[in-house]
Amino acid sequence: MIAYALYFAFACFGLALLFNLWHLARAPGVNDRVLALDTMVINAIALLILYGVAEGTAVYFEASMLFAMVGFVSTVAYCKFMLRGDIIE
Amino acid sequence: MSLVLIAALPFIGALFPGLMIRAGRNACAMMTGSFTLLALILLLIEAPAVLQGEVIRNQISWIPSLGLHANFFLDGLGLLFAGMILGIGLLVILYARFYLYKTDPMGQFYTYLMLFQGAMVGIVLSDNILLLLIFWELTSLSSFLLIGYWKHLPEGRQGARMALAVTGGGGLALIGGMLLLGGIVGSYDMTVILQSRDVIQASPWYLPALLLILLGCFTKSAQFPFHFWLPHAMAAPTPVSAYLHSATMVKAGLFLMARLWPVLAGTDAWFYIVGITGLITMVLGAVIALFKDDLKALLAFSTVSHLGLITMLLGFGTAEAAVVAVFHIINHATFKAALFMTAGIVDHEAHTRDIKRLGGLRHLMPITFTIATIAALSMAGIPLLNGFLSKEMMLEEAAHTDIWVGIFATLGALFSVAYSFRFIAHTFLGPKRDDYPGHPHDPGFGLWAAPAFLAVLVVIIGILPQTVVGALVAATSGAVIQAELPYYSLQLWHGVTPALFMSIIAVVGGVLVLMSFRRMEGVWNALPRPEAKTIFDWIVEGIAGASRRLTDALHDGAISRYLMIFAATAVITGVVSFMGGTHAAGTHQLLPAGPMAIIGLLLLTVASLGVVLFHRNRLLSLVIISVNGLVISLGFVYLSAPDLALTQLTVEVVTIILLLLALNFLPKETPRESTMGRKWRDGIVSVAAGIAVGGLAYALMARDLAFQSISQFHLDQSYPGGGGTNVVNVILVDFRGYDTFGEIIVLGIAALAIYALTQTLLHGRASRRLMEIGKGIKRDGDRHPLMLVVATRVMMPIAVMVGVYIFLRGHNEPGGGFVAGLVVSIALLMQYMASGFAWAQARQRADYHAIIASGVLIAAATGVGAWFADRPFLTSAFGYFQIPPMDKFELATAMAFDLGVFLAVVGSVMLALASLSRLARRAGETVNDTPMDIDPSKTTEEAR
Repeated sequence: MIAYALYFAFACFGLALLFNLWHLARAPGVNDRVLALDTMVINAIALLILYGVAEGTAVYFEASMLFAMVGFVSTVAYCKFMLRGDIIE
Repeated sequence: MSLVLIAALPFIGALFPGLMIRAGRNACAMMTGSFTLLALILLLIEAPAVLQGEVIRNQISWIPSLGLHANFFLDGLGLLFAGMILGIGLLVILYARFYLYKTDPMGQFYTYLMLFQGAMVGIVLSDNILLLLIFWELTSLSSFLLIGYWKHLPEGRQGARMALAVTGGGGLALIGGMLLLGGIVGSYDMTVILQSRDVIQASPWYLPALLLILLGCFTKSAQFPFHFWLPHAMAAPTPVSAYLHSATMVKAGLFLMARLWPVLAGTDAWFYIVGITGLITMVLGAVIALFKDDLKALLAFSTVSHLGLITMLLGFGTAEAAVVAVFHIINHATFKAALFMTAGIVDHEAHTRDIKRLGGLRHLMPITFTIATIAALSMAGIPLLNGFLSKEMMLEEAAHTDIWVGIFATLGALFSVAYSFRFIAHTFLGPKRDDYPGHPHDPGFGLWAAPAFLAVLVVIIGILPQTVVGALVAATSGAVIQAELPYYSLQLWHGVTPALFMSIIAVVGGVLVLMSFRRMEGVWNALPRPEAKTIFDWIVEGIAGASRRLTDALHDGAISRYLMIFAATAVITGVVSFMGGTHAAGTHQLLPAGPMAIIGLLLLTVASLGVVLFHRNRLLSLVIISVNGLVISLGFVYLSAPDLALTQLTVEVVTIILLLLALNFLPKETPRESTMGRKWRDGIVSVAAGIAVGGLAYALMARDLAFQSISQFHLDQSYPGGGGTNVVNVILVDFRGYDTFGEIIVLGIAALAIYALTQTLLHGRASRRLMEIGKGIKRDGDRHPLMLVVATRVMMPIAVMVGVYIFLRGHNEPGGGFVAGLVVSIALLMQYMASGFAWAQARQRADYHAIIASGVLIAAATGVGAWFADRPFLTSAFGYFQIPPMDKFELATAMAFDLGVFLAVVGSVMLALASLSRLARRAGETVNDTPMDIDPSKTTEEAR
């Protein structure tokens, strides 16, 4: 049963990644593209966890934790850059 | 081991002058002199045995696989030269103490001098030609420092550069020649080479080896046509000239020719090349010397001439001539060092060396006059002085060789008499003048003691040659000839021989030439003469210009051009070699690609194309590059490389912050510069390079490697050898720890370079431009948003804990010092971003420079620790320990090493980022004391 759930989840997040890519390519400004990138990171975390579940190992869990911990830092940096120009004032 | 000590003492002595100068100039000179004296004493202890014909050897194996041994030996030749180098070295140290002006940095001088002395002693004692080459190069370098000692004089700098270019260039040729020689014999040991005469002279490589070795010797010993550097080296202080050009540097070439004489001499090639070069140099040098008005230039060309004389004698290839050469080496060293020193005294006291402005000094400087006269008469070859004996013997040999050689040798001797007499007559004789630039008078004892001692030697060798130097000449000649000594006699009167008549002709002719000097000088000045310096500068300029044009053609500062050339070359080379070989398809089965892999590939491809399309908008291309970074991290996970994934992920974040910081000061758009043609060209090259790399990767993955893969070894040895189950980490900190050690040092250097570069931006024009940049930016939103501040504060301990965790388990599970360092750096960076540079920096207690240094030092100390267990550098050890309530755990020295990596990474990343963000302050940003823009505790109060 869990196998089917995993397939479904993989398909959903894979599709989400493709939508992100579409937005990244077609969005009007840089802001939207940064958002697309940030969402991509979220989806990537999800995929990592799903992959860990599928493989039955905890190794990837840590990788996804690290993704979650530092992934947002670059988004913050992009935002500060667009708003203020200097990210460390 | 005394030979090693003799060679090492001057080098050890070179360490002290810089320190001892603080105790005064006398202490400095005495300390320096004591090392030379000690080496000289050690040498003299060995001397009796060597004079008996013994050869003393010390051997240390250095790099046996290269045939490089630190072998030293002392025979007669080595004894003579080492004695001259150390003996005259001691006199020069004494002389320099009183010669150098108050403003000259004496510590530096003695350090250079001792370095040079050590290198020279090394040359003459080496029993291994590779070792000899090392010392040879050291003399070129240290003489460069000595000649250019007066850095404020352009002549000094140019002279030093010329000497280095000529002797260093010759040194390169010598390396080639020596390697050929070693190749012919099959050994680099001098002793073995000296016994292989037949093998060497029968080899087809004899001539190339001979030419290259002679090129090295001729450049060093200033033989025609390389004689031009020596006069320009006269810009050095006189003690340097006295040392380098009488007994040491220029004699190195002669030494090597004498040393290799047994195996190289005796062939026609040797006779014609060495003999004729020597003859030309002798005559030419003597003629030019006569017309030089600068005392030191006169002596310089006379040195060139005498070196030519000795070279010619060696070139004759007969045992008798070799004996004379050896004898003249001794004599020349004594009188020429004395002459240089007296010229220095005249310069020191009269404030000029221009002969035209001198004259009549005998009344004012009687002591200097006496010393100079004795030495100069010896140089002229006047009886009762040592120069006469060897010159007479030289003329005898020349007369035996060929009638023309005899005539030219007499001519050389004639001019030698003329310039020696000119040196005396135009400087010291004649009426006293009243227009000297200074007030000439005899100097203190310290300055004339050294030349006086040498003058005494000149006289006693001249009167009692056999008693004083007979044994030394015999031992040295024996070492040069390596066979039964021929009959010769060192005595004043040889009877009525051709040489006697030649001598008389030379002396009488020399006096006549000097009497008609005014007229001859007019003719000489009217003659067109090639100016060596102009030609040299022209050649150097030409080579430099050609190199510059080549460099500019390859790399004109635009990275796109450089990359195009590099990629095109790589592709063409690859294609050519691919076409030249056979090709069979790979045998490995392809793995099926799942839907997730295809999505990842799609992301990667679209993002890469996106960068190409949007690359002018720099921020946007950075955003798109981040997609690539993300997918690659995921790819590493997918391909079972969690370590790489963690590293890639953290590096990605740090890189983006770094680039954004830099982008703040850069244009946001890349200007359009490329023409359509160039775009097509670059496009084609890049697509070809991409296809080539892709194809290569595919080809490698589709087949077995041609050689045994080392992966299995690492997998097998990781736990038993390195004590860790995480192979990647064990490789980094143990198997290839030395690489990692180098890498963290490079990382530290890179961070320091960023710091230094941005430091320069804080001043001058760049700084003013920075201030302009700050003005135009539109700023929205909060500087230090409350949300961000609070979130990062909460994140900080968690992130640091994760960092520590990743660090600790790194040896057995994915992680390690590198990733942990990046995670902690990101945690710190968040604080900088949230509360600003000034606020965060104020709370940063440890200096980032110190963190980098401590990281490198800890790693080094871990490596050194292995020495105490008698293991090579960086050998790791591990063991299992138990502290009662806890489980058994492992401790490995690799962990301390990893700690070094960790600290170096944290320090480097933070220093780089702090350096860049520091620039913003310059661009007119203000500083905040509070962590965030609003103070939540005061808001209500303020609202009222």
